[in-house]
Amino acid sequence: MNPLNFNATCPVPLTQYPHVLLAHGGGGRLMHQLISRLFLAAFSNPLLDTRHDAAVVELPGRRMAFTTDSFVVRPLFFPGGDIGSMAVHGTVNDLAMAGARPLYLSSAFILEEGLPMETLWRVVCSMRDAARRCGVQIITGDTKVVDHGKGDGVFINTAGVGVVEHALDIAPARVRSGDVILVNGDVGRHGMAIMAVREGLAFDSQIASDSAPVHETVRALLEAGIEIHCLRDLTRGGLTSALHEIAEGARLTVQVEEKLIPVREEVHAACEILGLDPFQSACEGRFAAFVAPADAPRALALMRTRNPEAARIGHVAPAAAPTVLLKSAVGTWRLLDLASGEQLPRIC
Amino acid sequence: MKFLDEYRDADLARQLAREIHRVTTRPWTLMEICGGQTHAIVKFGLDELLPPGLTLIHGPGCPVCVTPLEIIDQALEIATRPGVIFTSFGDMLRVPGSRTDLLSVKAGGGDVRMLYSPLDALKIAAENPGREVVFFGVGFETTAPATAMAVYQAAQKRLANFSLLVSHVLVPPAMSALLAVPDCRIQGFLAAGHVCAVMGYEEYFPVAQQYRVPIVVTGFEPLDILQGVLMTVRQLESGRAEVENQYTRAVRRAGNLPAQALVGKVFEVVPRKWRGIGEIPASGLGLRAAYAAFDAAKKFGLTGRRVDEFPDCQSGQVLQGRLKPHECPAFGNLCHPEHPLGATMVSSEGACAAYYRYRRLQPAA
Repeated sequence: MNPLNFNATCPVPLTQYPHVLLAHGGGGRLMHQLISRLFLAAFSNPLLDTRHDAAVVELPGRRMAFTTDSFVVRPLFFPGGDIGSMAVHGTVNDLAMAGARPLYLSSAFILEEGLPMETLWRVVCSMRDAARRCGVQIITGDTKVVDHGKGDGVFINTAGVGVVEHALDIAPARVRSGDVILVNGDVGRHGMAIMAVREGLAFDSQIASDSAPVHETVRALLEAGIEIHCLRDLTRGGLTSALHEIAEGARLTVQVEEKLIPVREEVHAACEILGLDPFQSACEGRFAAFVAPADAPRALALMRTRNPEAARIGHVAPAAAPTVLLKSAVGTWRLLDLASGEQLPRIC
Repeated sequence: MKFLDEYRDADLARQLAREIHRVTTRPWTLMEICGGQTHAIVKFGLDELLPPGLTLIHGPGCPVCVTPLEIIDQALEIATRPGVIFTSFGDMLRVPGSRTDLLSVKAGGGDVRMLYSPLDALKIAAENPGREVVFFGVGFETTAPATAMAVYQAAQKRLANFSLLVSHVLVPPAMSALLAVPDCRIQGFLAAGHVCAVMGYEEYFPVAQQYRVPIVVTGFEPLDILQGVLMTVRQLESGRAEVENQYTRAVRRAGNLPAQALVGKVFEVVPRKWRGIGEIPASGLGLRAAYAAFDAAKKFGLTGRRVDEFPDCQSGQVLQGRLKPHECPAFGNLCHPEHPLGATMVSSEGACAAYYRYRRLQPAA
């Protein structure tokens, strides 16, 4: 008999699924479980446990923010963006969520054997241009090639560092009852843009991704002295997932109103047809800001100078148990629940 | 958005609710048939706008929920066979069979693909002549025409590597079966608007007459549902039991005749087991003998098996309107969307999933 070659006192803490499902990366409840029960359980430390988009590290004389993100989007090029620009924007935005000024990025490529060199060049040029626009430099990197069929053309990982030049502590735990919730534009567009292209769904008007850097908007808020309590970018799992993360981190109730949340008509229509929820659809250039009520009008005005669709969508309230509530279009209140995994279109 | 916002107008919803309060003089129990209606009722909190004695119970109109365990097990078995491309609508993928679900089969290496139309499965079959392509045909009369079209075209194109695992079900026999139960509490029905868009509503007249229940063909938006409730209550209060059509913008009395003709050409009416309810005579669609070559259960030799439901799951009671989802002892603890005991917790149209998503906590004042 083979001796046990693993530590028998530490069983795999996930019991319900013996294999990783796609849903474990979908931004819903399964992904949250994976992170909290497996990754946080194994790696726990005070910096990681803040569960912020970027970790803020005290270095001698400086506060730095550090983050990483991987990009596995298919197709590589889509209306409104591509994997290259997204890989830059995503990490720049994660740094911005800590209120940091993004400085340097790393870029690691996992390439699939057979990928046309011309395609890779287009991706690389797009990264170069996006980095230039964001004022960041790509200063280190790595390249791996996997067998044909073992990748999806290109996977990109970027890590980023930025410098924190303000004295605010921007984190979920800083959110207070009464805080006003703002978003910097319409939500759910990136997810529906990708789904429309990927599934060959033809709508009358093309849905373009919202992929964009947001650090300039954040910097404008900071420079205006807005009392920001927390920032969260709305990526996988969309607005719903972000609001849940904040509600849980702050141990408070988040209350938002359906009528106040901006959703473009074409996104709304596509979601209605497919039975999907625009609030659970991913964004790549949107964030929610939790700000002190007195500063909210000024913050919203500043956000609107950059995007007229920016909106005040709700506020934070005390809670016995943290939760997210939505006032529906007909005026009743209900839970805004996390999806289990990826959203699945309904039969009819 | 045009054709949508008009039907979600908060002021009109309140006006309809006020009118329902005004005409209601005693308690009534209505059943909305369709899972899409249940989803809208819970999502928009429409039942909160109704008078306290007016109860909505959630009917068996979620195709994912009523697909019997043995057919799901057949699907899982086919999907794990080498060389098979198994295709399905999205929300069947997470439905638990006896041991696993299609998403887990996919994670284990099975070629399981989510489609938006059964006709896409034909395209896949034509592109992969060396592989068996199976489509999981579930749904009510609403989706049956599209499935029928896929089989019809497969026969025309002689696509021998395409087959259908069929579990289509029919609404009127299920309504009759619910009404025939001696202690049935249902006093009126909101009939499923989209089923009627295909089938019309002629077949409801004998049901309304035999059981003395009002049946109102109803749409899916908040104002549709509130108006459907109002029309049903008005009938009950005045002692009428008629078939009425609230959803006039989509439904004609005779329905969609070409769609019905196609369904009749490809399918025949068969007895069908409903998950949580049991077998209901003449309540399903099976392939006619002329199309038997496209029957996946026959092709893969899987007919004639029976599988029992999970003992802790009371979805049958929920589907029959005898139990509200949150009254089930397993609700939210043993049974939740990540670990559903029954299909009513899986599909977003399932009553249990709708309650879990929108109702675990009372809203703040």
